[in-house]
Amino acid sequence: MIEVEQLTKRFGPLLVLDSVDLRAQKGQVVALLGPNGAGKTTFVRILTTLLMPDGGQARVAGYDVVAQATALRPLIGLAGQYATIDELLTGRENLELVGLWYHLPKRDYRRRAQEALERFSLTDAGDRLVKTYSGGMRRRLDIAASLIGRPPVLFLDEPTTGLDPRTRQDVWEFVEELVTVGTTVLLTTQYMEEAERLAHYIVLLDAGRVVARGSAYELKEQLGTSVLEVRVQNLSDLDHTAALLAEFAASPPHVDVNGQTVTVPAKAGTGFLIGAGRLLEDEHIVLDDLGIRRPSLDDVFLSFTGEGTTGSEGAENERAHEPTGASR
Amino acid sequence: MTSTTLSGLNVPPRPFTPWLGLRDTLGVAKRNLLRIVRTPQMLVIGAIQPAMLLVLFRYVLGGAIAVPGGSYVDYVVPAVFLEAVLIGGMTTSISLATDMKSGIMDRFRSLPMSRSAVLAGRTLADLARSLLSLAIMVGLGLAVGFHFHNGVVAVVAGLALIVGFGYAFSWMYATIGLATKDPETAQVAGILPFFVLMFASNAIVPLTTMPGWLQPFARNQPLSVTIAAVRSLLEGGPTAHWAIQAVAWSVGLFVVFFAIALSLYRRSAA
Repeated sequence: MIEVEQLTKRFGPLLVLDSVDLRAQKGQVVALLGPNGAGKTTFVRILTTLLMPDGGQARVAGYDVVAQATALRPLIGLAGQYATIDELLTGRENLELVGLWYHLPKRDYRRRAQEALERFSLTDAGDRLVKTYSGGMRRRLDIAASLIGRPPVLFLDEPTTGLDPRTRQDVWEFVEELVTVGTTVLLTTQYMEEAERLAHYIVLLDAGRVVARGSAYELKEQLGTSVLEVRVQNLSDLDHTAALLAEFAASPPHVDVNGQTVTVPAKAGTGFLIGAGRLLEDEHIVLDDLGIRRPSLDDVFLSFTGEGTTGSEGAENERAHEPTGASR
Repeated sequence: MTSTTLSGLNVPPRPFTPWLGLRDTLGVAKRNLLRIVRTPQMLVIGAIQPAMLLVLFRYVLGGAIAVPGGSYVDYVVPAVFLEAVLIGGMTTSISLATDMKSGIMDRFRSLPMSRSAVLAGRTLADLARSLLSLAIMVGLGLAVGFHFHNGVVAVVAGLALIVGFGYAFSWMYATIGLATKDPETAQVAGILPFFVLMFASNAIVPLTTMPGWLQPFARNQPLSVTIAAVRSLLEGGPTAHWAIQAVAWSVGLFVVFFAIALSLYRRSAA
């Protein structure tokens, strides 16, 4: 349903997407995972015909996103971190108008708007102006609006960024429900947990380039079998510990100052744990904790991008790079 | 939580017809009218500005300006009618720029709706608002001593000319909104053509009071031509000469700025 080859986009001198490949089969959820500014939103905007690529090819539902944009639009839905709903309209008016613009007959869009309000627990708020809605309610309405046309391909651009855990859970369940009826979903996210839970296939994007791809399982396999985690008692020992452990590591150690923790993807099994423990003891470094665990997707992310995911602060606006200036 | 709401995927798209384009446009117009109705403070402020112009010209400057063969109130009020509609039209550029800045344009552009509907629906909603503001101004004009001196048909034709010119002008404002993409810039930029056309015209003072180098421009620019036509329709006098030119200007401005605005809107996806 989604076939992207060598997709490239520049904003002036800035290379935002560098030859990105991506494929999604019908009924699959593919997650585009990356830190802020990785190019995720730009990628989605090109695939939803909002932005022209500078190179490469992209086909969605069999249609070229540039040459056949008009034929493609009825088949896609878009919901994003920038909730594209109208504040001065009620929830119901927003949904009904989107239905009208999908060229549904009036009877159908009225019924679907009502069903969507029920499905997204907005029945009571349906006839209130959106400006009175909470952030979570807006996001739910935005997703509901993107589904009014029953698109076979849905694009969700960071659908849970900034949501409380309860609403996030709702959105997840909802995406899973879509998959059971055969919808293809391209999801962008900064959250490992989200990609791991929802996606059949994950593409890791950093600074416009694909740095890794595969299922959550495959990505963890690429990293090695185990991860050594050391928590030191004294913050001052942290850098020294990282330096000592580097020689055992398959890739550079990751230092978390707040958690006073050094994380190292291990080359080998338990022998490594004992060796590392002895070395740290010889150096008189007092440990709070020392252990080996299975790698998480977070470790994958860290080793490929050299940057945290959930730790990266705030919502640096990816779209600020765009000359069309659609930021808010 | 049923999954019935998600059934019926892969509905084949309906082939695009002019009727669907009109339906899209009316949908956009409905959205914008709802927004206008729900910000009544904007409507009130929008009505105050032209009312102040009316008072200014009628009572403050009116005594100092003499017009040949008639009263100043009957001279200036038809021009204020047109100015009221043009001032109201500035909100077209501001609202479009606001939409461009917000995510709502992404929604519009990712939908299968007609490309021109976003702009046509916008200008249509603003046309409805300018009808309201014209009605208010006619009421106020009559209250400060303005009189129609012509038959009903001619008066209606004159008012229609005002609305038609205002509608054509709103496409120029749409162009400004799309080109600036920023509400504050759009507001400042939108005032410029209005000021030039209003002051270098026959709106407030007779052309003969202006220096000779300015008169050719002031006589033939679209606002003067339209005001001359409106005056003759509301107040009597030779009509055909000015009315034909006024209609031609309205149609010309509409065609040119419709084309520019639509191409700007399309290209904003680049």
